[in-house]
Amino acid sequence: MKLSCEVDIHHLTRVEGHGNIRISIKNGVVKKAQWEVVETPRFFEAMLVGKHWENAPYICGRICGICSIGHTLASIRAVENAFGITPTPQTANLRLLLKHMETLQSHILHLYFLAAPDFLGAGSVLPLAKSHPEVVQRALRLKLLANEACDIIGGRRLHPTRTVVGGFTMLPEKEQLKEIRRRLLASVPDLLASAELFKTFVIPDFSRETEFVSLKGDTDYPFIGGDLVSSDGVVKKEEQYRAMTNEYCTKCFTSKLSKLSRPSFAVGALARLNNNFALLHPTAREISKSLGLTPVSHNPYMSNVAQLVECVQVVLDSVRLIDTLLGNPWQEPRQPVQAKKGAGVGAVEVPRGILYHYYKFDKDGRVAKADCVIPTSQNHANILHDLEALAGQYAKTGKKDREIELLAEMLVRAYDPCISCSVH
Amino acid sequence: MGGQLTYLGVPLARPRVGFFELTSCEGCQLQLLNNEATLLDFLNLVEIVNFREGMSERGDNYDIAFVEGSVTRQDEIARLTEIRKNAKVLVALGSCACFGGVNQLKNRFRDLDWVKKEVYGDFPIESMEVHPLADFVQVDLEIYGCPIKKEEVERIVTDLVVGNTVRHPEYPVCMECKANENICLFELGELCLGPVTRAGCDAWCTSNRRGCWGCRGPATVANLKQLEEIMHTYGFDRETILDRLECFGGFASFADTLRDKGKKTPTGRKNP
Repeated sequence: MKLSCEVDIHHLTRVEGHGNIRISIKNGVVKKAQWEVVETPRFFEAMLVGKHWENAPYICGRICGICSIGHTLASIRAVENAFGITPTPQTANLRLLLKHMETLQSHILHLYFLAAPDFLGAGSVLPLAKSHPEVVQRALRLKLLANEACDIIGGRRLHPTRTVVGGFTMLPEKEQLKEIRRRLLASVPDLLASAELFKTFVIPDFSRETEFVSLKGDTDYPFIGGDLVSSDGVVKKEEQYRAMTNEYCTKCFTSKLSKLSRPSFAVGALARLNNNFALLHPTAREISKSLGLTPVSHNPYMSNVAQLVECVQVVLDSVRLIDTLLGNPWQEPRQPVQAKKGAGVGAVEVPRGILYHYYKFDKDGRVAKADCVIPTSQNHANILHDLEALAGQYAKTGKKDREIELLAEMLVRAYDPCISCSVH
Repeated sequence: MGGQLTYLGVPLARPRVGFFELTSCEGCQLQLLNNEATLLDFLNLVEIVNFREGMSERGDNYDIAFVEGSVTRQDEIARLTEIRKNAKVLVALGSCACFGGVNQLKNRFRDLDWVKKEVYGDFPIESMEVHPLADFVQVDLEIYGCPIKKEEVERIVTDLVVGNTVRHPEYPVCMECKANENICLFELGELCLGPVTRAGCDAWCTSNRRGCWGCRGPATVANLKQLEEIMHTYGFDRETILDRLECFGGFASFADTLRDKGKKTPTGRKNP
């Protein structure tokens, strides 16, 4: 039996951004299991200094090419909290609907284009277009629906145009919302088929006890604002986010890292679901159970399943939001904004986990200090510790290099890392 | 997919393409995957041999290289030079690659060490002044926008494949905005760079009642003096105009001139 293994992956594929995996096992003993982040930093927090408040959401949305809507909404929330602005119910509902559609788009992208090829034995989605055309068509249908809904509500699927401090520059037509509602209901069979597909996937058998951090839902499964909670029992207010993230720098990472009660913690779909399972829509909860996912799951590969459950959650909740919006006459899209000296935090659950934006403004509404804490940077240390445990679990099993390499790649991909985001 | 591709009955070779990213949000590449309705047709037009974000296989035998992002670290110069060596055609994809994009906002600060300290404290981190690709290699074609407009990319790629000359509109966004019958944003009290920014986006932001921030850089004939007068007429101060003009780097020289004229500049800015 072969008990030594060398894995050296430079710039892991099918993830956003640049990261390396290095594993070295000698005679059944793990010598090294490393996750490295080599992405070039962009310095958004410095860029903003001296800029007028209006710039913050516009520039910070550009931290990410996948969840630009989430960044924009977190940034807007931080500015509004600093200025003491409360969004109108209409704005809050539209923002949540927009957020849901981004979550659907991002999760489908990850599940079908980035994760599924591993389970189906392909290098990318391209050969699947030939071998599993119905699977690819289904993914494209769901993604198209989500993206077109983002266009209609946010003005644009990437780097949204209509989302501003105070509300929206423009509202969708009610007829457009009715059409989205019709398509959302029509997408349910595609979601059920997705669940059936994932039931056929063999989820690697690996668990490591982990602390999970997310927003704490009150009456609804949480996405925008509220208290912060960890599965180890820590509860903090939104504005105390620093006590929850405890960022630090270390070698092999151009991103910052985070810790809380243990050397690392996890954020993302699995953390949200573990911490707020009871608040899921009953249908989403049933699908979760049917896929073998009940809280608390400590298997990071189950993040894929959690994302799928959340797709069901956001689709069903979007129908509810549209019904509320359609049941009321349109109000003014945008409320006036009065800048003032102060600071604000915006915490938003974006597809990869909890995201925080913080700004401090001077009396003219110019940024004096900015801080953004990204989900993937909070996950990096946990990915590292998972990789160590994974290597340890398989060190004595005599698996081939390629098998361990694939398990390691799949582990990192399960976190759906957004590495350039984490090194903003 | 596959099969012989023809145009007007003439067989066409499917070019091998590679996608690469330097310092960026990778959003421009994702815009291509975001084009669900025509994605499979688009994939039929080219053979993708390198697309790290989407596939595991990697090859260096590409004809066209699409490079997203700007250059902000020494090792990126070497990567870019290598890509240039392998590619017959190098395309700068998006505003970061063309002008430095939002990344170049850090160049506003004279002191790069201050920038590093502001974000990383005393932790040593490598970074240099932000550059567009053309500062280091020959760029054959630029695709503007933050983000790029996928319809425009598909048109440009189709032109490349069938051998048509790739042309950018020379006129400003204002023309497209008027053609879309929008209310002028200045009349609604919004600042807008539409009068001077290169068209081709079909007035993407302004049709959503968001003033233009100039992500596509200046139109071929951009009357910036006139813009300054319009802004003055509508009562926008220099700092607000500057925020827009310096955002993506396309108007860098004009922003520099305007900044030099200004008196009110926050600490840390270049040329205070």
